[in-house]
Amino acid sequence: MYRTQFHKALRSSRLTQPHHVCRKVSPLARAAFSTSGRRDIMGLTGFTEEQLTVRDAISHICSKFPNTYWQERDQEEKDPKEFHAALAKDGWLGIALPESLGGAGLGISEATMMMQTITQSGAGMAGAQSIHANVYATQPLARFGSKEQLETTIPNIINGTWRTCFGVTEPNTGLETLKLSTLARKTDDGYSVTGQKIWITCAQVASKMILLARTTPLEEVKKTSEGLSIFCIDVDRENPGLDLRKIKKMGGRAVDANEVFFDNYKIPANTLIGKENEGFKIILHGMNAERCLLAGEALGLGYAALEKASQYAKDRVVFGRPIGQNQGVAHPLADAFMKLEAAKLATYHAARLYDSNDGSVPFHEIGVACNSAKYLAAEAAFTACERAVLAHGGMGYAMEYDVERYMRECFVPRIAPVSREMILNYVSEKVLELPRSY
Amino acid sequence: MSGLRILVPVKRVIDYAIKPRINKAQTGVETAGVKHSLNPFDELSIEEAVRLRERKGPIKVEDILALSAGGPKCPDVLRTAMAMGADRAFHIDIPEKGDSGPEPLTIAKMLQAVVKEQNVNLVLLGKQAIDGDQGQTGQMLAGLLGWPQTTQASKVEIKDEAGTVEVTHEVDGGVETLRAKLPMVITTDLRLNEPRYASLPNIMKAKKKPLEKKTLADLGVEDTRRLKTLKVTEPPPRKGGGKVEDVDGLVGKLKELGAL
Repeated sequence: MYRTQFHKALRSSRLTQPHHVCRKVSPLARAAFSTSGRRDIMGLTGFTEEQLTVRDAISHICSKFPNTYWQERDQEEKDPKEFHAALAKDGWLGIALPESLGGAGLGISEATMMMQTITQSGAGMAGAQSIHANVYATQPLARFGSKEQLETTIPNIINGTWRTCFGVTEPNTGLETLKLSTLARKTDDGYSVTGQKIWITCAQVASKMILLARTTPLEEVKKTSEGLSIFCIDVDRENPGLDLRKIKKMGGRAVDANEVFFDNYKIPANTLIGKENEGFKIILHGMNAERCLLAGEALGLGYAALEKASQYAKDRVVFGRPIGQNQGVAHPLADAFMKLEAAKLATYHAARLYDSNDGSVPFHEIGVACNSAKYLAAEAAFTACERAVLAHGGMGYAMEYDVERYMRECFVPRIAPVSREMILNYVSEKVLELPRSY
Repeated sequence: MSGLRILVPVKRVIDYAIKPRINKAQTGVETAGVKHSLNPFDELSIEEAVRLRERKGPIKVEDILALSAGGPKCPDVLRTAMAMGADRAFHIDIPEKGDSGPEPLTIAKMLQAVVKEQNVNLVLLGKQAIDGDQGQTGQMLAGLLGWPQTTQASKVEIKDEAGTVEVTHEVDGGVETLRAKLPMVITTDLRLNEPRYASLPNIMKAKKKPLEKKTLADLGVEDTRRLKTLKVTEPPPRKGGGKVEDVDGLVGKLKELGAL
């Protein structure tokens, strides 16, 4: 058959990555044609045609960024800007933005699949985080922004000219979003922002920030959910009113996370998105979507780790047989697989509910589904990553085998954007109707 | 010449990265539940057609028509072709009978009919499909049409408005350059180009491009078979070789086997 010959020709003529860098040429790195695939341990039945198309197309872009690329970025803490540019070039940042603004008009189900495919390719959380906010934080803007805001901002974000970050979390109000204290004080021609944000991903490379800030002091609001406003502002790193400090962190080191300090940072009035003091409502809209995306990212990471582990367990021979032949090695991996599959079903169920959005599903049910999905996917990913490291033995501790990187990164979806404990609280209260503990 | 009207026939085949298995009845390759994709050589043809348009050469590309013959899954590869840049597509519906499908001559006759009907003046085909590996369709089509053909192209260049085309292809020890006039048939080879990834906006646009369903009968072609597959088997497993201790042992062994 021509097939084998074809394979060889492909390898020699197309593969630009130097062979000696990768220990093993992954099936992905070999895939040079836009319709080729790889062996997937994840079950693909039940996905829609759109989701599978997204998966295929994203896999191909990711195949240009092998594990060695991400190892290097992680070690050198260098922004994967080529990766962001490659996705922007082919229009992927607009996946969930309306067609009228140059997006693809697809839903969170497809965006979740995109994020999962990215982490699963070996790019891990670093890859996902390099574009995450551009996909998700633009949602409130697209929905509530003025015509002028949309026309100036969205096309530039989709084509990659501008990158965006999301400024919500504060050092003293992690989960208590309603208490947040960064103040946007009204001036003659706009607002003056003072306060502090933390864990702002990509602030070092972003030109825009979707900022949530208080426009009415907490003491003066009638309802706690009022008094916050949302802005789409420039990140002007030259301005003395803005200071960014990079946070050294455990994983996803390619992508910067920052403390952001505002000191009388002036922003024009036309940066306000929607109505003043209604920012919380707008942000709320996107929160469930973010949970779905994070769940997808966790899943991808888990499957990536498990693929590595099962391959290693097949290849590594000790006492005359592959270690994977021992049930002590095989069973934990099989168990991790089932956990991932279950979490996958929960995740795409939640995304489907979110996208249905026709009022037939009560809002709190969507919330429960999205939070459950995030929880289950993050825990399943952790199980898979931990067992993948252990299945590799000493090699699991070596950078070259990637699973240690996945292990470090899998804490992100466990912790963010909401902790496991708060999800348990939420389910206790909303589903089981137990008294609130806090 | 008014404009290029390009026909690009494409085939849905078992993905190149998948190792095919022989079915139990030994009548062919197992296709159920196996990942399929666009034949890689056809991907090159689509890419070349789109590049001819983008290059804005002496003759404008008026139409790129992708065509695939086969079962109900064929539209998948046609959507891929349209996402890459084909303008429209024909799906020639041929029910799957668990065999290797129509023979190259049937396909060539079908293409001949489409060429006439659609006023095509350039056919770009993959040099072969990676499933049947017959590599006959392009040549047969050129024969039926009485058109010039260049096979296994590694470069295609439209030279002037009169429709002069120069095609290079790799031959043993070098490159051969051929010149012919449109209309013509060109088959494509690996070195021709590097197919693009379909971008998201183009994938979305492809959904709205026209895809017409037709049958062989519509084109006045009958699916006659001249060949009967008797049996398909796996290649015999490779036997391990023997080991020799040293060079003398090797020479001795070679002499023993009559190789020296």
